[in-house]
Amino acid sequence: MDRPRRTMLFIPGNNPNMLQNAGILGADSIILDIEDAVSITEKDAARILVKSAINNLDFYGTEIVVRINPLSSAFGVKDIEEIATVQPAALMIAKATEEDVRTACEMLAKIEDEKGFELGRIKLFPLIETAYGLENVYSIIKSSDRVVGVLLGAEDLTADLEVKRTAEGKEIFYARCKIAAACKACRVDAIDTPFADMNNCEGFIKDIQTAKSLGMTGKAAINPRQIDTIHDIFAPSEEEIKYAQSVIKAMEEAKEQGKGVFSLNGKMVDAPIIARAQNVVKKAKLAGLL
Amino acid sequence: MKNILGREIPEYIQGYGVVKPFKGAFESLGEVQKKSIKLKSAIPKQQKVLGSIKEVLEKCDIKDGMTISFHHHLRNGDYVLNMVLEEISKKNIKDIRVAASSIFPIHEPLVGYMKTGMVTGICANYISGPVADAISRGELKNPAIMHTHGGRARAIEAGDVKIDIAFIAAPTCDTYGNINGVDGKSACGSLGYVVPDALYAEKTVAITDNLVSYPACPIEISQEYIDYVVKVESIGDAKGIVSGTTKITKDPVGLKIAKMTSKVIEVSGLLKDGFSFQTGAGGTSLAVAAYVKELMQKNEIKGSFASGGITGYMVEMFEEGLFDALFDVQCFDLKAVESYRDNKRHQGMSASMYGNPHNKGAVVNNLDVMILGATEIDVDFNVNVTTGSSGVIMGGSGGHSDTAAGAKLAIVVTQLIKGRLPIVVDRVTTVTTPGETIDVLVTERGIAVNPSRQDLIKRLEGTNLPIMPIEDLKRIAEDMTGVPERIELGDEVVAVVEYRDGTVIDVVRKIGD
Repeated sequence: MDRPRRTMLFIPGNNPNMLQNAGILGADSIILDIEDAVSITEKDAARILVKSAINNLDFYGTEIVVRINPLSSAFGVKDIEEIATVQPAALMIAKATEEDVRTACEMLAKIEDEKGFELGRIKLFPLIETAYGLENVYSIIKSSDRVVGVLLGAEDLTADLEVKRTAEGKEIFYARCKIAAACKACRVDAIDTPFADMNNCEGFIKDIQTAKSLGMTGKAAINPRQIDTIHDIFAPSEEEIKYAQSVIKAMEEAKEQGKGVFSLNGKMVDAPIIARAQNVVKKAKLAGLL
Repeated sequence: MKNILGREIPEYIQGYGVVKPFKGAFESLGEVQKKSIKLKSAIPKQQKVLGSIKEVLEKCDIKDGMTISFHHHLRNGDYVLNMVLEEISKKNIKDIRVAASSIFPIHEPLVGYMKTGMVTGICANYISGPVADAISRGELKNPAIMHTHGGRARAIEAGDVKIDIAFIAAPTCDTYGNINGVDGKSACGSLGYVVPDALYAEKTVAITDNLVSYPACPIEISQEYIDYVVKVESIGDAKGIVSGTTKITKDPVGLKIAKMTSKVIEVSGLLKDGFSFQTGAGGTSLAVAAYVKELMQKNEIKGSFASGGITGYMVEMFEEGLFDALFDVQCFDLKAVESYRDNKRHQGMSASMYGNPHNKGAVVNNLDVMILGATEIDVDFNVNVTTGSSGVIMGGSGGHSDTAAGAKLAIVVTQLIKGRLPIVVDRVTTVTTPGETIDVLVTERGIAVNPSRQDLIKRLEGTNLPIMPIEDLKRIAEDMTGVPERIELGDEVVAVVEYRDGTVIDVVRKIGD
């Protein structure tokens, strides 16, 4: 969790106007999509456009993730070969399996070596959208150190499970719990599936609250108008901010005193707790709460 | 010669006269003289209703060289201007000047009359469509004069624009000339722009498609100013007169601009009890209003008034108690028309009361915040809403310059790039509104504050808003678009852009073929 990812906004990779403005919309990350948003006949054009956008546009510090096609498809390998050369922050692998993650990792290592890029710089985001992926999410994450988070893709998952997708989302309760637990276990982000109905504001808010309550750390957005609502709900609580500030203060005091290890309120504070505190403070700042 | 903004302007323009150069937004204020008018008093039992426009023209003794005026409350649904000109054309009259408050695409027949020499002059506050194109190509004999809304009222009151016959499209009119805009099939609401015409024209004619028995209450334009009344089949197309609704943008970039704008307003310190506000009917402007509304509700702020062309959204804010009154010069949609008819504190105002700099106080002078648009804005904050980057006329000030001058905080909101063109440029193609009256530019990629507003810059420093010099915004845009080459324009002046005080702020030159 090296950076807050409250929102990951999907942007179609074949829309120049949307690409041009992607960086100013306020999302923590943007997912330049060359998979579902792009028809088969436009895959090559979208690859070129996305590469050009990453090379030339200012995204104002927004994390750039490119959703590539499944490696089992005719496009996935080519996507990695092409897109990796412009070094997005991460690749999102559709319908990911352990093998896909390992393959992507090997390809990236080769490209980074050939191009003289920093090894391991391009991260991976497996997209969990099959029953297999869901049941193996922990091992998928563990397939590579490059994995920094997982995105739940509920539409494909429910199709694979042969269940109806609903606004209430009971059918993805297990998926959310399983993914959240696996991600927490591996200290990576658990990004919830997008909410598709733009006219159901109440349902959207409930959906985000449910996802957060089950341990998801952020949510994908399919429309920029969803960003603020997601940010508001994923913003840390006042209590969390206060605790995080006290951890950081204690850490600074410990540093001054030359202590490597310290405790707060009688409990030992270790690196993950400090990282989490820093992350909470960062999220609070992003949300305008500090 | 060059005016104070460095715009090259002839000292004398053929068909316009001696040029008074713009010297600064507030340099002409002080003692002024209003025109006195001649009128022919009505004799008891005299009938005002005539049978046709043809008869009206004869009674008014229309002649070569006259100035006839129209208002634009029926907007792109207006039939009256075309009907009157068609009748005039049958009389072999020449050299007519059309003083319409605005001209829209529906007024295309004017182009033909320009070609025949029947119409040789036009003055208006806003011109779009085929007439604007024809003027830009040099097809009008004399240069068009572009006023502001307040400037037109000033020019009429001062006698700079002497109207021989004013033709008033009247949604409802009684037999003795009392007019209102709230009843009838062509109801358009407030008739604010026609008031100076009614008060200062030599002859005034009401043209209506809803002739009612005396008296037609409520009365907006009263019988004391009307010479003749004529009934026609229809004065306009309801679809073009008002829109059903004006809607908040769903465009994420527009929403981002609107949100940042509302933050600027909040930080400015003006958003407190007594707050006054004006915004246009565009989607981004309405989104600003929506965010301002949220802030007012959250902080329990009660505003004094909202003004301008009134939209249903402003009516909603008023009805929710967020403003004490509405000042309305023109209704933009049906909800506004209904409110204007039904709410006592939805107050109509004349163009003079709205924005004339030479009266004892225009409404714009009491505005806290005004949201404005821009086709171009230069690094000195001068704004162009008159011409496109191709040099073709595509609008005009309307109330832009008036409200910018009057408001405590004039904010331009625009996307940094439109089409493939940067909006921030070194020098705008045409200056409509001087930079000294613009305080802030809000774009999706950053906010620039006029350096003259150090107080505001200080207030904004403590926020996380992306404040930057306007030159940086220009650079950001040009990094994406490149620097567009300026188009070559001819020497011939096709339009004179008058600032609200009657001085010349810029000219529009003829475009190439």
